[in-house]
Amino acid sequence: MTAACDFAVEADGLSKSFGRTPVLRDVTLRVVRGEALTIFGPNGAGKSTLLRLCATLTRPTGGCLRLFGSDAIGPEVRRRIGVVSHQSFCYPDLTARENLTFFARAYGAAAPEAEAVSWLARVGLADVAHRPLRVLSRGMEQRLALARALLPTPDLVLLDEPWSGLDATAADVLTVLLATAKCEGRTVITVTHDLDRGLAIADRACILHRGQIAWEGAVQHGGDGPDGLGGARAALNDAYRRVTAPVAA
Amino acid sequence: MTVRTRLAPIAEHVLPYAATLTMLGALWCVFIYAPDERMQGPVQRIFYFHVNCAWSAFLGFFVAAGASGLFLWRGRPAYDHLAQAGVQVGMLFCTMVLVTGPIWARPIWGTWWTWDPRLTMTVILWTIFAVYLLLRATAHDDPEIARYGAVLALVGVLDIPLIMVSVRLWRGMHPSVISAPEGKGGLEDPRMITTLLVTLAAFLLLVAWLLWRRYETLRLHDEIHNIEDRFTEVAA
Amino acid sequence: MWTILRKDLLLEFRTREALSALVVLMLLVLLTFTFAFDPAGAREAAPAVLWVTFIFAGLLSVQRTFLLERENGSWYGLLLTPIDRGAIFVAKMLGNLIVLALAQCVLLLLLMLFLQVPLPAAPGSLLIVNVLGLVGFSALATLFAALSVRLRAREMLLPLLVLPLLVPLVICAVEATRIVLAGGDLASTGPWLRVLVTFDVIFTVAGWMLFEQLVQE
Repeated sequence: MTAACDFAVEADGLSKSFGRTPVLRDVTLRVVRGEALTIFGPNGAGKSTLLRLCATLTRPTGGCLRLFGSDAIGPEVRRRIGVVSHQSFCYPDLTARENLTFFARAYGAAAPEAEAVSWLARVGLADVAHRPLRVLSRGMEQRLALARALLPTPDLVLLDEPWSGLDATAADVLTVLLATAKCEGRTVITVTHDLDRGLAIADRACILHRGQIAWEGAVQHGGDGPDGLGGARAALNDAYRRVTAPVAA
Repeated sequence: MTVRTRLAPIAEHVLPYAATLTMLGALWCVFIYAPDERMQGPVQRIFYFHVNCAWSAFLGFFVAAGASGLFLWRGRPAYDHLAQAGVQVGMLFCTMVLVTGPIWARPIWGTWWTWDPRLTMTVILWTIFAVYLLLRATAHDDPEIARYGAVLALVGVLDIPLIMVSVRLWRGMHPSVISAPEGKGGLEDPRMITTLLVTLAAFLLLVAWLLWRRYETLRLHDEIHNIEDRFTEVAA
Repeated sequence: MWTILRKDLLLEFRTREALSALVVLMLLVLLTFTFAFDPAGAREAAPAVLWVTFIFAGLLSVQRTFLLERENGSWYGLLLTPIDRGAIFVAKMLGNLIVLALAQCVLLLLLMLFLQVPLPAAPGSLLIVNVLGLVGFSALATLFAALSVRLRAREMLLPLLVLPLLVPLVICAVEATRIVLAGGDLASTGPWLRVLVTFDVIFTVAGWMLFEQLVQE
């Protein structure tokens, strides 16, 4: 295996504009396999766009993006990516189980039915498996979305504001599942506003501001504070203020 | 870009004069040099414009389809500009075909409009590319609109042979109200052929020049926007 | 591909009110034609009534399948799967085709009931003509519905985009249906059928190849 393949994501001078509006400008980013990166940033900084680029839903207007060492973005690369967004990407008129079975089948699972059932149990939705998604609560829907994304055991997990609209319990379930995914050696890239939860799962954090990476740093676990993230939080807060200050002024 | 810079001096300094001169020559040919057609009289002279308009319209649409294909393949905005220019120029001439056609048909066939296969096809083509312009106008702020337009132009041109065949079949089935004399094509005098060739050259030059102008306008439009954006960026 | 088709049909079955609405809409358009033409005139124009009714109702139905996908962003879920985009097009097209075929069967029955159109001598030929018309229509409508669903003026734009391109299909399908209803067999619809088949092949292939261009952003 060559050195290049040790990276899950390699972005070189990546830029994206929607028509005349530039959203990302010259973003260069490396994410090593198995690493957990959290991207913070104010609204409109281009975080979601960066994630959508990594998810192959959008193509860059400039620069180069390699996923798993390959710049050919095709079905083989998509198979290795799981995405959780603030939308669930599931069909509201199908039941939880039908949704999962469909996606398992779409990813070519050998036993889609069984896989769907086992994942429903893992995210605690076994009781409501036969109810259409339309009647489920936001938290349940988000858990289903997580099952949908993790079911094909992707190597790269992309999360766009995964905690938004979740109550504390549901958010904790999500964090636990993400921690498991990370332990299994998956690369996790998260985009969020939630400082505490975002830091808790991160090895590294960066701040995206106006389409550019404005700050980058490792996250020290086991420092001060009740969660051992006191130092990291202080560093990030400081950087965030510094980066976004010119706008306020 | 290099193709553009190489073409620019010719397109800027030669094309407009060449087009004007040949067009004047074409006018002389049509009105003075060419003889009256025996059956139709002076009305037949509109044929030189009518037919060349039709060919120019086709040329514009095919340029648009080719550029659209290249745009989808390569993704360079220049191809999209060329495609738009092609549709706009094609529409101009297509409209002129639909105007000159009835003017000729009124004295010769005795009616402004008839469902002659060629006429029918032209009107269908006109609607397809009118929708193209409409699509680009209504959704001009959609970032993907160039790609959508390209798909429409390609599918539209793919449709042309099918429209041609089916419209011909369709008219063959129904009895025609007017038994149309084959007014077109009967160029018995060699001077007529010369006139047709001169007008053809004039129209080709005109099409090339119009294409160039539209292309440049669209390109500069884009460039101005880019500069504007950079200014607001620097200001912020 | 079969996976998506299966899901689409399941979804269609779940939201079967929409299919009933489609059939009722077809009935209403048919009645409107009958009132406008007088029953005798409508019988004369039966092939035209059939296809015009079908095209307007069909466009709404095809658009709906893409609106269903947009809800909750499930369309992105579909695009994220390792399924080839050309296969997504074919699956969507087949899904639309099956739903439209069901509706078309009902429409034909209604036509026979209300306009006393006699059952043709060769029902098989009628079936083939209809299927060929449906394939071409589904291909074009699916391709352009994927395009128009992203635009603001989508309800207006889809018919505008598709109708002029459908002209060859309308001409050939109506003429072939007229011949078959008048008791002709398949051979007598030769030239019309050939154009229909060409239309189907060209636009199925074009859709399969161009679909990728419409779904990426």
